[in-house]
Amino acid sequence: MLDSQMEAATDLAAASATVELDPRDRGGAQQPLLIVRDLLKHFPVKGTGGKSVQAVDGVSFEVQKGETLGIVGESGCGKSTLARLLLHLIRPDSGELVFDGDQVDAPRGITVSALRRQVQMVFQDSYSSLNPRMPVRDSVAFGPFVQDTPKLQAREIARDMLTKVGLNPDQFGPRYPHELSGGQKQRVNIARALATNPRMVILDEPVSALDKSVEAQVLNLLRALKRQFNLTYVFISHDLMVVRYISDRVLVMYLGRVVELGPSEKIFVAPQHPYTRALLASQPSMDPARRMEEPPITGDPPNPIDPPSGCRFRTRCTFAEAVCEVTSPGLATINGDTSHVAACHMLDRASGHSLATAGSA
Amino acid sequence: MSQTATLPASPETFEDQAAPETRIRSYWQSVGYRLRHDKMTLFFGSIVLLIVLAAVFAPLLAPFDPYKESIIGRLKPIGWRNHTLGTDELGRDMLTRLLYGGRVSLLMGIVPVIFATCIGGMLGVMAGFMGGRVNTGIMRTMDVFYAFPSVLLAVAISGAMGGGMMNGMLALTLVFIPPMCRVAETATTQVRSLDFIEAARATGAGTFVIVRHHVLGNVLGPVFIYASSLVSVSILLASGLSFLGLGVRPPTADWGLMLSTLRQSIYVVPFVCALPGVAIFVTSICFNLVSDGLRAAMDVRM
Amino acid sequence: MSRYILQRILYAIPIAFGVSVVCFSLVYLAPGDPLQTVLPPDATAETIEIVKKAYGFDKPLPIQFLIWLGKVVTGDFGMSIATRRPVLDEIIMALSNTGMLAMFAIPTAFTIGFLMGLLAGCFPGKWIDRGVTGTAVFGVSLPNYWLAIVMVIIFAVELSWLPATGMGPKGSAEFSIWRWSDTQFLVLPVITLSMIPIGIISRTTRAAIAEMRNQDFVQTLRAKGLSEFAVIRHVIKNALPGVLAVMGLQFGYLLGGSILVETVFTWPGSGFLLSKAIINRDVPVLQGTILTLAIAFVMTNLIIDLLQSMIDPRIRRG
Repeated sequence: MLDSQMEAATDLAAASATVELDPRDRGGAQQPLLIVRDLLKHFPVKGTGGKSVQAVDGVSFEVQKGETLGIVGESGCGKSTLARLLLHLIRPDSGELVFDGDQVDAPRGITVSALRRQVQMVFQDSYSSLNPRMPVRDSVAFGPFVQDTPKLQAREIARDMLTKVGLNPDQFGPRYPHELSGGQKQRVNIARALATNPRMVILDEPVSALDKSVEAQVLNLLRALKRQFNLTYVFISHDLMVVRYISDRVLVMYLGRVVELGPSEKIFVAPQHPYTRALLASQPSMDPARRMEEPPITGDPPNPIDPPSGCRFRTRCTFAEAVCEVTSPGLATINGDTSHVAACHMLDRASGHSLATAGSA
Repeated sequence: MSQTATLPASPETFEDQAAPETRIRSYWQSVGYRLRHDKMTLFFGSIVLLIVLAAVFAPLLAPFDPYKESIIGRLKPIGWRNHTLGTDELGRDMLTRLLYGGRVSLLMGIVPVIFATCIGGMLGVMAGFMGGRVNTGIMRTMDVFYAFPSVLLAVAISGAMGGGMMNGMLALTLVFIPPMCRVAETATTQVRSLDFIEAARATGAGTFVIVRHHVLGNVLGPVFIYASSLVSVSILLASGLSFLGLGVRPPTADWGLMLSTLRQSIYVVPFVCALPGVAIFVTSICFNLVSDGLRAAMDVRM
Repeated sequence: MSRYILQRILYAIPIAFGVSVVCFSLVYLAPGDPLQTVLPPDATAETIEIVKKAYGFDKPLPIQFLIWLGKVVTGDFGMSIATRRPVLDEIIMALSNTGMLAMFAIPTAFTIGFLMGLLAGCFPGKWIDRGVTGTAVFGVSLPNYWLAIVMVIIFAVELSWLPATGMGPKGSAEFSIWRWSDTQFLVLPVITLSMIPIGIISRTTRAAIAEMRNQDFVQTLRAKGLSEFAVIRHVIKNALPGVLAVMGLQFGYLLGGSILVETVFTWPGSGFLLSKAIINRDVPVLQGTILTLAIAFVMTNLIIDLLQSMIDPRIRRG
């Protein structure tokens, strides 16, 4: 695993150095492929008197060209909503998306359908994400067909894509989803996402429903395809090991907000936010000598309809103080390193938290 | 780790690609396969087919003229002279009139189901797919019609319109639209929440394209099953309307109407009088059993 | 709980309103001038003028509807064209007779149907299950007006055990369910009327019971050492809400089915009244009867819903 870790790190270096520019590129290599600013989505809940689930509550981040950004968090933290917001499958209440320099769904920017020609998504549930009444080759061909490719040509693309994800098109193309295994279905889903030749793919828990052995195959396939097609990934998962394996940078979410964002190795080796630390500590150790006696994190996440005031993690945080209840911490840089940020009062000397010296220099 | 960079060209590299050696069948092919091996359904299906054919070819099969009356040959029992099934109150041949009556009865039973399936199904898919206010509007309107027992609504509408075959069929269509709509709406709502619809939207497909390629195929099954079960109900109701005098007018032959007029003669030729009812019953039960067979063949979650 | 009841009742109001709109429009479905539809053909110019004023036939439709609704709510359903009597009187008379039929048919259908379904559901795949399922298909496919005729042929014509039609020589005014000479007139209509609901209820009950018996909690109960009888009690309790819902619908079926059955037996109930109204083209009676029956059906469904929510707490929250 360490090996792969190293490789992931060198991958990043290689990727940022030699980003092969796509013919559709507009902003140049330094322009982030996707900029997300203050994205907000609240779902009103009936019978609560106008209250709403704050699924995504002011999230901002950037996705660089050619990188894999991992997004982790507990279930219910808003990861999947965020994924759908990125494709405008759900309309955000406010906030903006900038794709390769063009604002999405804005007067001078690009339209949602133009965005969807360049961004695709792979869903978690490989069963429900394929039409049960359609042979899988038609499911794959549907994207190009919708995007004005003639039917025969779309079929050719589908054959090609099935081969690329390691499925023999003659053998598997005419099959129906129920005739495939979970791993095969997820391969089809990947082929379907790539059939429209996107520049960016959002992977919403793509391997969570798979057996461990199949999971590794699919992850390797994803990495290989990324190189071959020069893709950018947003990889959402609750599985820290998987995220560590595949991501260049990692974003940690808690109750609809970003709590920490930084390069993969920094997040996993030196996590700064108490939540990230607890999340990492909650993984069972392979070493019996490092057996955990106390749970690193207790209780369920608070109700997203009525999130705690100030810092949202304070109700489960061992370091919580009065200031955490009053003000919500902003994302602060760590040791002057702008690539690594976390939202905790302990990292901000001016916050008034008694342990505030721990972080920033 | 580095070998992951080279793409696996042949599928044999993957262990999880072992697939059963069965033939690949589409949903409808597998339904056909199961039906072909369901002897009960095949048997009753062929009876249904015979009944329909007998009605269609009534002019060729009937031994007599359906309107030829006979004063001396009135209300004769089964097997009297050449009248295999006896004669009615005007001396007309029962077998002939039963064959001809099937034309009207089947027509009045089947046509409303077809129309209701198209209209109700369309409304249901619309309500289910658009959701929100469109759904509320359509479904609440349907609820109002649901508040009437079906026989009552059919009688009310065709009664107020003054009877007749066309009005009867219109009334039955109106009666069947709400339940059909509800079935289609439920199926559509279920499909709509699945990820493959999201995936289709993510490719930029419009509502119409998604409905056509992804929704209809999944809604057709439940809608078809329900429609097939409605045929039997519709035949019963249609004959019921005729029985009340709300269907075709005499002297046209129709099972319900025949039953109604012969009712006066049960003391003379009881068995002949019951015959039109036997025809209705047999047709209805056969359609019912075929529909059960279809449901069993189609109701498989894939 | 009370919140759910209130919600359900509030929901029934627009439905009842919609039902009245449909019934109101029946007059306009009839071919020809709606004014002619509600009046006897030989009505004098004076009567025509009075009715025109009273119902606001010269005013726009929504106003007409409100006038009509106001009258209906106070029990004024207009005059019967055929008998020249107030429609309300005819309906009350007819409803009490139909009520008598229902009083016997509903318990008969529900108990027999439920017991049959219970037996079949407890022994799935056995001969008793096949027998019940077969009978149920028969019951569902039977045209009840034909069954009525066959019943009359067998029991009245051939065997002469029971009277064929009517309510007896004394008529409905002095009918008493405690006298066999009167009650015997009820037997055939009640049997006929309960046949289809028996089929449908036994089918649903069978399905519900069979499904419940496959649930894990039944295994747990058995593992705890409960007797099979006690297990079945739990199964019934869990299957009941679904069965109840179908029973509510069947009540409506009985109301509707009574049209044809009462016609055959010339039982002077609401169904017979309807079929007479159709023959006489008596639209006011048609309208009034349909409205009354439909409102009764809405009320029954409301009551069934509330009963269901009392048995099954999940419904209240959903």
